[in-house]
Amino acid sequence: MEGVILNNGVSLQFYIILATIIFSIGVLGVVIRRNAIIILMCVELMLNAVNILMVAFSAYHGKGDAQIFVFFIMVVAAAEAAVGLSILVLLFRNRKTVDVGMFNKLKN
Amino acid sequence: MSTIELIAIILGGLTIGSALMVVLSTHPVRSVLYLIVTFFMISANYIMLNAQFLAIVNILVYAGAIMVLFLFVLMLLNLSKDNEPKTSLLMKIGATIAGGSLLVVLIGALKDASFVTIEQADNTVGLVENLGNLLFNKYVLPFEVSSILFISAMVGAVLLSKKEKQVID
Repeated sequence: MEGVILNNGVSLQFYIILATIIFSIGVLGVVIRRNAIIILMCVELMLNAVNILMVAFSAYHGKGDAQIFVFFIMVVAAAEAAVGLSILVLLFRNRKTVDVGMFNKLKN
Repeated sequence: MSTIELIAIILGGLTIGSALMVVLSTHPVRSVLYLIVTFFMISANYIMLNAQFLAIVNILVYAGAIMVLFLFVLMLLNLSKDNEPKTSLLMKIGATIAGGSLLVVLIGALKDASFVTIEQADNTVGLVENLGNLLFNKYVLPFEVSSILFISAMVGAVLLSKKEKQVID
C-alpha cells in the first residue's frame, strides 16, 4: 500500500482505512440491531475505531498527545457503559424487554 | 510486500472479521465474546504501532472491565436467542446500504488525502515513561477532572439501579 510509511513499516493509509471500516461496521450495527445492549456494544466499537486512528496519527507525528486522548476516550467509554447499562437494567425492569422498538412510549 | 505489512494485513483482517461477527451473530452472548476478540485484535494493532501502554490498558479496561459488565448484564437479564428482537429483511438491506454508503464516502474522501512525510518521528512515545510524563505534566488537569466524571457516573449508575420505594398516596 502506497502513502506515508510509519515507523513500523506499515503505511498510514492502511490504518485510516482499517479505522473507517470498523467505524462503518459500528454504524451498521447500531442501525441493524434492535437489542439495546448490542447497540451499546456497537457504540464501543465506533469509539475503538477512533482510538486506532488516534494511535496511528500519534505514531505518524511522533508525539504522545493523541495517546493521552485515547486514554480519556477510554475513561468516557467506561463511564458511558456503566450509566447506559444501568439505564438498560431499569428499562428492562419496567418493560421486560431490551428491544429498542418497544421503548417508543414515555408512559405505559 | 514485507513481512510486517503481511502481519498488519492479517491482523486488520481478523479485526474486521471479528467486528463483523459482533454485528452478525444472533446470540447476544456470542456477540459479547466476539467483541472481546475484537478488542484483543485492536490491542495487537496498538502493539504494531508501538503503543505498548495503550495495548495493555485497552485489554484491562475494555476486555477486563467493560465487557465483563456487559456480559454480567446479559446474564442478569437472562437474554437468549429466543427473545432476541428480530429485524425485518427490508430494514437489514436498507441498513447495509446506508452503512456501505458511509464507508464508501469516508474512504473516497480520505483516500486521496496527502500527508507530509515527517522525518525522524519519535517511535518511543508509546512507552509508559513518556506517556506518564505527558499525563502528569501537560494533562494533569484533565486527568483530575476525569476522576470527577467517574465519580458522577458511579453515583448516577447506583442511583439509577437502586430499587425505588413505592410511593403511597
